[in-house]
Amino acid sequence: MSAAEDPTAAFRIEAGELLEQVEQGLLDLGHRLDDMNLVNAVFRGLHTLKGSGAMFGFDALAAFTHHCESAFDRVRKGDVRATPELVSVILSAADHMRTLVDGDAPAAHGQAILDRLAAAVDAAAGISAPMAAPAPLKQGWTLSFRLPPDAMANGTSPLALLDELRELCEATIVATFDKVPALDDLNPGHCLVGWDCTLIGDISREAIEDVFLFVMDDMDITITPLAVEDAGAEAVDEEAQAIPVAVDAPVAANDASPRGAAANRSQGEHVRVPAERLDELMDRVGELVIAQSRLSQLAGHGQDLSLRSVSEEIERLAGEMRDTMMILRMVPVSTLFGRFRRLIHDLANETGKAIELVTEGETTEVDKTVIERLFDPLVHIIRNSCDHGLEKAEDRIAAGKAPSGVIRLSAHQAGGEVLITITDDGRGIDVERVRAKAEANGLIQPGQVVSEDELLGLIFHPGFSTAAQVTNLSGRGVGMDVVKRTIESLRGSIVVKSVSGQGSTITLRIPLTLAIIEGLLVRVGEGRYVIPLAAVEECLELSLEEDLRSRGRSIITLRERLVPFLRLRDLFATGTKPDTYQKIVVVGTGSERVGLVVDQIVGNHQTVIKAMSPLHRNVAAFAGATILGDGSVALILDIAQLIALSQPREERRLAAG
Amino acid sequence: MPYHKVPNWTPENGLEVLTFGLGGETFALEAGIVREILDMMPVTMVPGADPLAASVINFRGRIVPLADLRGAFGMEAQANTADSRIIVIELDVNGDPFLIGLTADRVNEVTVLHAGDSEEVPVIGMRWPRENVRCLVRRGGDVVVLPDLTALFSRLTDDAVETTTIH
Repeated sequence: MSAAEDPTAAFRIEAGELLEQVEQGLLDLGHRLDDMNLVNAVFRGLHTLKGSGAMFGFDALAAFTHHCESAFDRVRKGDVRATPELVSVILSAADHMRTLVDGDAPAAHGQAILDRLAAAVDAAAGISAPMAAPAPLKQGWTLSFRLPPDAMANGTSPLALLDELRELCEATIVATFDKVPALDDLNPGHCLVGWDCTLIGDISREAIEDVFLFVMDDMDITITPLAVEDAGAEAVDEEAQAIPVAVDAPVAANDASPRGAAANRSQGEHVRVPAERLDELMDRVGELVIAQSRLSQLAGHGQDLSLRSVSEEIERLAGEMRDTMMILRMVPVSTLFGRFRRLIHDLANETGKAIELVTEGETTEVDKTVIERLFDPLVHIIRNSCDHGLEKAEDRIAAGKAPSGVIRLSAHQAGGEVLITITDDGRGIDVERVRAKAEANGLIQPGQVVSEDELLGLIFHPGFSTAAQVTNLSGRGVGMDVVKRTIESLRGSIVVKSVSGQGSTITLRIPLTLAIIEGLLVRVGEGRYVIPLAAVEECLELSLEEDLRSRGRSIITLRERLVPFLRLRDLFATGTKPDTYQKIVVVGTGSERVGLVVDQIVGNHQTVIKAMSPLHRNVAAFAGATILGDGSVALILDIAQLIALSQPREERRLAAG
Repeated sequence: MPYHKVPNWTPENGLEVLTFGLGGETFALEAGIVREILDMMPVTMVPGADPLAASVINFRGRIVPLADLRGAFGMEAQANTADSRIIVIELDVNGDPFLIGLTADRVNEVTVLHAGDSEEVPVIGMRWPRENVRCLVRRGGDVVVLPDLTALFSRLTDDAVETTTIH
């Protein structure tokens, strides 16, 4: 059902967004308790929520929100100071509001929060804002100066001086022209303009005087501290940013209004579309691309020049349309990362550790479906990092680290993939303990030689946990295998790195989109297959000698390294004779490199991925299928599964011979 | 029309079906589950798939598995003829509806079968696994077979073995 048909559904969406904003504002406020802009933002959010809640008949919500709003109103007016307790209570109140929006919330729970709220407000009022509220904005200077007429001739640039002032702090500069004579009397070489400036910020008189160090002696300058007459109520007025004690009121007003207008305009340009409509459109575009490539094949075979030009035109349009479609579905990862701030806040409370979240590359854009499916794995990883990775504050100090642990979430794009990295600066993964646990579980033999990467990979094994004790957060051994399965279902991969005592890094490589794949089209026997280009490292020819010799060992030497290879013809039991010049496509998965022997490499192929039917779900070697230009179907190889499948076969062969 | 293990005879004890020939036998499907009848087209083999549905076709941009019932009824594989067709049906296996193409040597007609003519599957005298058949219906001196498609295909969806790897 679309939002337009059901006003309460529209309200629910709006309320969800408002609560999101309120929550973000509160989390920021937790770090900067004195920031009046944040206080105002939170207040406005609560106020709007109350108003529209009452309008749509969510009376319980409106009544509950009213209490929180009143509490914040007191903070806003400076009666009460914002305290961490207050922020935390309002955060849980925001959770309660969510359940109220959804309809069923136990009233007793709400009352408990309100009681805590009242206590927090009383406690905060006890501290009774040490008049800190009179905004820092009020500090500053007014300055008027006039350079000597021959200043420019002496090499002084007034503009440079003004720039220097602007660098010092927020400056409003107005030129005065009262000394400029009529045009006939004007000496263009003389500097006749004066300047009145308002400097806002915590700067010293010396700092201002330093700007004029070289011209001070000849110039007229007056520096007076900014009037502090209206420190109280006005400071927290709606637009706290607006320039106080306007030197020139129109300038300030002009400055503010275009910004507001721009903000309004950009909001108006957004259209809310249900995700499934985008998915439908994506399907249509996919079919259009397929139909188009059939058309261009027909046109290519025929002699009709006009048909060919139309076909080329459609090819271009279809390509552009697909690109636009892809962009439509892209969402910045900030929407994903933003949701973890609350998680970190809660985790910090639960574990009693000080945890800081640092995010990077939030503007990186990823397909919407990918973003949605990344949330759960990231929650698992972050929980693990906070619980197992980060140490308690005292342990950290003992280890010579900052008392608060840092979780760093970063995203950046590399080719057709996005790399999401979760780093903690905790104690790192104890490789020896992983090993001991793996031996105890029978995953590896005691004393078996296993590389560190492989050992770390074992943490993704189902039922594997190194936590000595099970906590509320993690340690039950479920989670990391779910992470791995989800990431694999997104055609991604995971790499774990860990340095003992310095922390661990988990890198997720995820394709930007699940809908389209860049692939290498190959022929094996009579069938055609697509190898994901991301996995392809190089292609080479399998010489006749190598082919004959490799009956016993399917290994070639590639730049001083042995690379095993698989004959896809055998694996797929095509029953055809090999081509004279077979090719090897070397593919890489993680640290492994494997060659795939194919009969022919047809070329690059960008394709729309179609899911396999449920009847073929147990055929692990294929990740999906695609439709080629001639309308026939080509299967897309799942490289990791293919290699895993072929391993027992190789082992059987070794055992037999 | 949903698919039932025991055919969902109408109050007049009739059942509208599509009959088709395969390996000398006549089979019948509820007409309601038939989506389309196609001429033979290029098929793509899926290596490693169950022989019951060893290939896929492109059905208007969708990847649809192509099933050959001959194996399940002990018949020899046969080359296609000019009469060969693909019957695309929509089947609901475990609450998950999807399309399947069935190969047929020829497609006969849409007709009405009568409950009174139907027989339980006899214990003796059948080469085929009994569970693959819902019932037999006498019709004009011949026997029409109603195959149990849900049972046949749910075998494929159920034993989806999970293969996990570390990489």
